[in-house]
Amino acid sequence: MPDTLSRRLLACTGCHGREGRAGPDGYYPRIAGKPAGYLLNQLRNFRDGRRSYRAMSALLANLSDEYLAEIAAHFAAIELPYPPPAATPVPQSVLARGKTLITQGDARRGIPACIDCHGRVLTGVVPNIPGLLGLPRDYLNAQLGAWQRGQRRATAPDCMADIAMRLKPDDVAAISAWLSHQPLPADTRPAAALVTPPPISCGNLPAGAQRGTEP
Amino acid sequence: MSRRWASLAVLVVVALAALWMVLRPAPEQAVPAVSGDARTSRAEQVARGRYLALAGNCQPCHTQPGGQPYAGGRALATPFGLVYGSNLTSDPETGIGRWTADDFWQAMHEGRSRDGRALYPAFPYTSFTLVSRQDSDALFAYLKTLPQVSRRNTPHALRRPYDQGWMLALWRLLYFRPADFRSDDARSPSWNRGAYLVRGLGHCSACHARRNTLGAFDNDRELAGGMITGLGWYAPSLHDPREGGVGQWAPDDVVGLLRDGIAPGASAGGPMAEVVRHSTQHLAPEDLLAVTTFLQSVDRGTRAGRRASGRVPTDADPIMLSGRSLYDEHCSDCHGSEGQGRMPGYPRLAGNRAVMLDEPANVIRMVLDGGFPPATRGNPRPFGMPPFGQALGDEQVAAVTTYVRAAWGNAAGQVSAAQVNRLRGVSLH
Repeated sequence: MPDTLSRRLLACTGCHGREGRAGPDGYYPRIAGKPAGYLLNQLRNFRDGRRSYRAMSALLANLSDEYLAEIAAHFAAIELPYPPPAATPVPQSVLARGKTLITQGDARRGIPACIDCHGRVLTGVVPNIPGLLGLPRDYLNAQLGAWQRGQRRATAPDCMADIAMRLKPDDVAAISAWLSHQPLPADTRPAAALVTPPPISCGNLPAGAQRGTEP
Repeated sequence: MSRRWASLAVLVVVALAALWMVLRPAPEQAVPAVSGDARTSRAEQVARGRYLALAGNCQPCHTQPGGQPYAGGRALATPFGLVYGSNLTSDPETGIGRWTADDFWQAMHEGRSRDGRALYPAFPYTSFTLVSRQDSDALFAYLKTLPQVSRRNTPHALRRPYDQGWMLALWRLLYFRPADFRSDDARSPSWNRGAYLVRGLGHCSACHARRNTLGAFDNDRELAGGMITGLGWYAPSLHDPREGGVGQWAPDDVVGLLRDGIAPGASAGGPMAEVVRHSTQHLAPEDLLAVTTFLQSVDRGTRAGRRASGRVPTDADPIMLSGRSLYDEHCSDCHGSEGQGRMPGYPRLAGNRAVMLDEPANVIRMVLDGGFPPATRGNPRPFGMPPFGQALGDEQVAAVTTYVRAAWGNAAGQVSAAQVNRLRGVSLH
């Protein structure tokens, strides 16, 4: 039997699909092609209790940072075409609200635009910021909800938790609907760097990319 | 029903305890405290303490996942409720900053806190009582060097009546005596060192003992295997070669399992994976060999005391037919159509004792939750088994586990959907 990393990681692809594509339901997000730093942070968050999903926590409990980094790099390096976006009907008014929040934010309520951090075309930014396209609507709803309830956390200062807390239920629904309806751009790879400094302090950004620091 | 049994058990305990108080022998003389070896430098003592903390696997229970090391807060699921690991850093208000080496010795040896309060035996002082004063002092010296973390201890959340002080006092009266480790001069120094580690600081009996209703065990059952009720895993008997006994293994393979987490035909799973990752992989070669020597000597090589197995189904049973089709669909790619496995990563199931334990909890858990052996220096990139708990229902898991337990010449009892259901969602810690 050839001893490859894929063969060692069947425990991951059992749910996340062959080669890390999303599963058919909303539970298992696509991991292929996400930034390696983001994937590593999530693996550590599951192992160390900052994110709660039983299957992930149980699997990762006794793995080392080194192995998790190797696993993250393995899935980050996979480039695969995305399936077409969801076709479920959503009222135009909901999509419009979602688009406004995602591309402009709501300065009055302290909500930055998603594209300020997640990339101008929302495919993420290396090394630590995930893309938001190609994810099931249920998964997006569940993640924003988990942040609001403190069930999904990141290293402090937890910028996504701060932002999620400012969203109303209608905002969450509109954002998830719009994101899950977008086709992917031709180049689905994450951007190489943030265009502008992030609008809010984030514990998961590399030191050079922090708010108020020179790149 | 089980509640009624619990009440009955409590009444029996009270009656026995009353009898014991009348008949008990005079209490043992307190073990005199001996100061640490003056010739050992402080740095050596701290280094020794650090090693002993690894050998005792202290950190996982005294650290919240992702939290500050040794600041406590991890919930330990016991059959009697949740017990929370305490803050062992030197913070004077919330940790053990005001403790002395004598206080620490009192906790290790007598199971009493600094203020004399009896500790719950989830802190395994029934084993730690055998730890020498010198080792206790070294551990304490090491703990004193940890960065102070202010984190107030979480109150335990035990069910009635187990949260009652009198209950703990009775339990101690019946089941705990401070004791010293006594060497067996008929045995080698290595064997004695192994016995000291396994029975003392290693507290292997915390999982591998066969316990009574009140969580207690005697010397004969110290390593006889038992269900880790709060965690839903079965710790196999180390006396029985059909369970976890290693008497017939090559010593190198026993060392390998404890150091690397894998050995030919075996791997550390469930709570043992945590033990290997945080403790035994860090043991010095001579200590690994000592533990091996001792463990090989406790294998009794017989099936004595084995509980009756459930009914072994035949190939024609409907559950075996549905198990076989599930196996062919989900398992055979890796484990082989005849359970022969594919090395290096996918273990053989035909003849594998781990799937044939009378208590089927472990094979059920592996199918429900999957898992990786621990990442260790000897096996830094382990192969993992996917979880099937989301994809397969209780009846299906029962069928496929029944199949691997009874196909290809394997001969273990049928698994029921109810047994599977009880293990879904059981606490991970």
